[in-house]
Amino acid sequence: MKQLLSGNEGIARGAYEYGVRLASAYPGTPSTEIMEYVGERYPEIKAGWAPNEKVALEVAAGAAYGGARAMACMKHVGLNVAADPFMTLSYTGVNGGLVIVVCDDPEMHSSQNEQDTRNFAKFGKVPCLEPSDSQEAKDLVGEALKISEMFDTPVILRSSTRVSHSMSLVETQDRAEGPKELGLKKDPMKFVMLPAMARKRHPVVEQRQKDVASFADTFSHNRIIMNDDSLGIIAAGIAFQYAREALPNASFLKLGMSWPLPENLIREFASKVKRLVVIEELDPIIEDAVKLMGIKVEGKELTGLCGELSPEKVEIALMGSSKAKSIGPIDMELPLRPPNMCPGCPHRATFTALKKNKVYVAGDIGCYTLGALPPVGMLDNCLCMGAGIGIAAGLDRSLGELAKGKAVAVIGDSTFFHSGMTPLLELAYNGGSTTVVIMDNRTTAMTGAQPNPGMGFTLRNDPTISADIEKIAGAFGFKRIRTVSPYNVKETEDTIREELQADEPSLIIARAPCALLKTDRILSDKPLRIKADVCKGCKSCINTGCPALEFVKIDEPAEGDKRKGYSRINEALCVGCRTCQEVCKFDAIEEAS
Amino acid sequence: MSDNNRVYNVLIVGVGGQGIILASDVLGRVAAAYGYDVKKNEIHGMAQRGGSVSSHVRFGKTVSSPIIRVGEADVLLSFEQLETVRYFPFLSEKGKVILNDQKILPPAVFTGKQEYPTDVIEKIKAKVPDTVVVDGNSVAQKIGNPRVVNVIFLGILSKYLDIPVEVYEKVLKESLKPKLVDINLKAFHEGRSLAS
Repeated sequence: MKQLLSGNEGIARGAYEYGVRLASAYPGTPSTEIMEYVGERYPEIKAGWAPNEKVALEVAAGAAYGGARAMACMKHVGLNVAADPFMTLSYTGVNGGLVIVVCDDPEMHSSQNEQDTRNFAKFGKVPCLEPSDSQEAKDLVGEALKISEMFDTPVILRSSTRVSHSMSLVETQDRAEGPKELGLKKDPMKFVMLPAMARKRHPVVEQRQKDVASFADTFSHNRIIMNDDSLGIIAAGIAFQYAREALPNASFLKLGMSWPLPENLIREFASKVKRLVVIEELDPIIEDAVKLMGIKVEGKELTGLCGELSPEKVEIALMGSSKAKSIGPIDMELPLRPPNMCPGCPHRATFTALKKNKVYVAGDIGCYTLGALPPVGMLDNCLCMGAGIGIAAGLDRSLGELAKGKAVAVIGDSTFFHSGMTPLLELAYNGGSTTVVIMDNRTTAMTGAQPNPGMGFTLRNDPTISADIEKIAGAFGFKRIRTVSPYNVKETEDTIREELQADEPSLIIARAPCALLKTDRILSDKPLRIKADVCKGCKSCINTGCPALEFVKIDEPAEGDKRKGYSRINEALCVGCRTCQEVCKFDAIEEAS
Repeated sequence: MSDNNRVYNVLIVGVGGQGIILASDVLGRVAAAYGYDVKKNEIHGMAQRGGSVSSHVRFGKTVSSPIIRVGEADVLLSFEQLETVRYFPFLSEKGKVILNDQKILPPAVFTGKQEYPTDVIEKIKAKVPDTVVVDGNSVAQKIGNPRVVNVIFLGILSKYLDIPVEVYEKVLKESLKPKLVDINLKAFHEGRSLAS
């Protein structure tokens, strides 16, 4: 019987059915659930979280070198981190099949950019397969592994948010092991990329790209669907489903492989239709390639380069309007509902202490990035994972007195293990007076609480080491290392002030478990309340941005009451972190009975 | 099951933590168990909690896109007043609205920077007079478990779709922990009675 599975469940299922022996990943939306499902459901696969995507890909490459089928998973920007091994893996090739699952995020639902992974396929001269639903997500894992072994190349499986997080029906089958013999095989001409060997490998890569392109002409997932010949659409991935929905009568060249492209098939399709259009999200990868073949085609002038597509965008781009008749908007000024740090979040307490110090904060990626939003407004830049420490160091060293004692870097624990250790080492090595705050909430919170090397357990909850951040910094040569509990806002504030004044790099570890974690809980879960008559309405608590707090306006004040309003705590949401109590100057907050 | 190529489009919206994903998962499985092709998609923002959430459920003989077109939703099931307005243009001219009478304050409102609109239900009813408005929290309290609000609304929704009640019952039994089955079936049937 068919099962209703998400694209990510389909990919995990594909890894199981097609004999993947090892899988490695770093969490990142929209790819995270793939490894979670592998961990939960498929004990046949050796699987674990890597500290970052580069390591994940290298671990998977090792398995493939040994003849095992292997998978590495990451979000689109994760491939930037893994770009170094990726680009030269193209030269060494593999042995056992290697599929690199990369999930793009057009529209940036949960990302810092919307780069198109197909550029990396082209750049690295590596084949790229693109599923358009969960069945294809599963099937194409198998095809990617076969192509990988057939042409001795890593293969990208490119998903996107709308494929990874959509559910559709999937036919499942049993597991079959990969065909390669396992073992340690010495082959330096192929695997040792010294210049002399690499020079011999480059022509192999170029020939392979041609061979895969010829294969693409007969690849069963590249197929022509002829309907009305007045409009022919070339599409891959979710864009195919949108175009099919919007223009069910059009003819299609549906591409399951979006790099390299099947030239003969494209020429054949182009000759059969009167108008040829490429519908693709983000960059004109297919369109440019078709134009280079000298074929007249429309594309980006209709669909644009930015954001994700949708059925109505495709319909409007090609037909001028949508057939769907909307009831229309309701005329109303609508407050936005942006994501927010949860009630009891330890980051809120740390940001409160940073705010008291009126500092400039160099940050990066995690739940704490939300500290940029009002009313907290305490994160001043976010470039990429791990960037804050280096950026704070650059500000400190170049601006001298202008930045001294005023700039701080913040980074989460998982992000520290991902790409914060090398910039911390740089700080110790090159010096300066930068202060770094590691907001250690004992998990990888933003993506849904995946374990990391600091936590003492693995993907499958097996006990393991717990990397000690204080000792790591000490081994790097840091002399000033302080650990605080962020909920002690005053102590945290004072500690930050003291370290800002130091003439050498310093590290503060603000440690308290994520408020959503049930384990190691230090929160009382006893809600607080505000004495309405004592509250002066100063909004100190409100400005921490806690969703459990509410400012109640006073429309008709009593005689002598000069307040515009007062604060109230929603006891159903409050978990008793006491950050509001710490910032209240009037002792208006007490434990609710 | 109707054999034409009609596709049903149900858009379920609200705020993170309200059980929207679970409700849409159950609806998707119900449609699949009844023999429909199903596609479903959700976007749930960056935060674990508190952001705007929307889940698209589409089913019919064959379904291509996992997301509903603006103007294509047959039913807008909303668990929060403001979110109904935010996603309103997705509703077709002939669409139905099912609304949980609940307000969850967004940051600009709870920090006192902006007002929560007072006339949301009136404005929705001006456009869709037969909008079903139910205070799900009160009904759930009456049933004895505040966490069954989503299943009460699944019950209401079931009245507007052509899938037999037995299919919902079967899927609910299969997808819930045994000790939660009875109370959820009660919530589901309470919802159905509120729809008529």
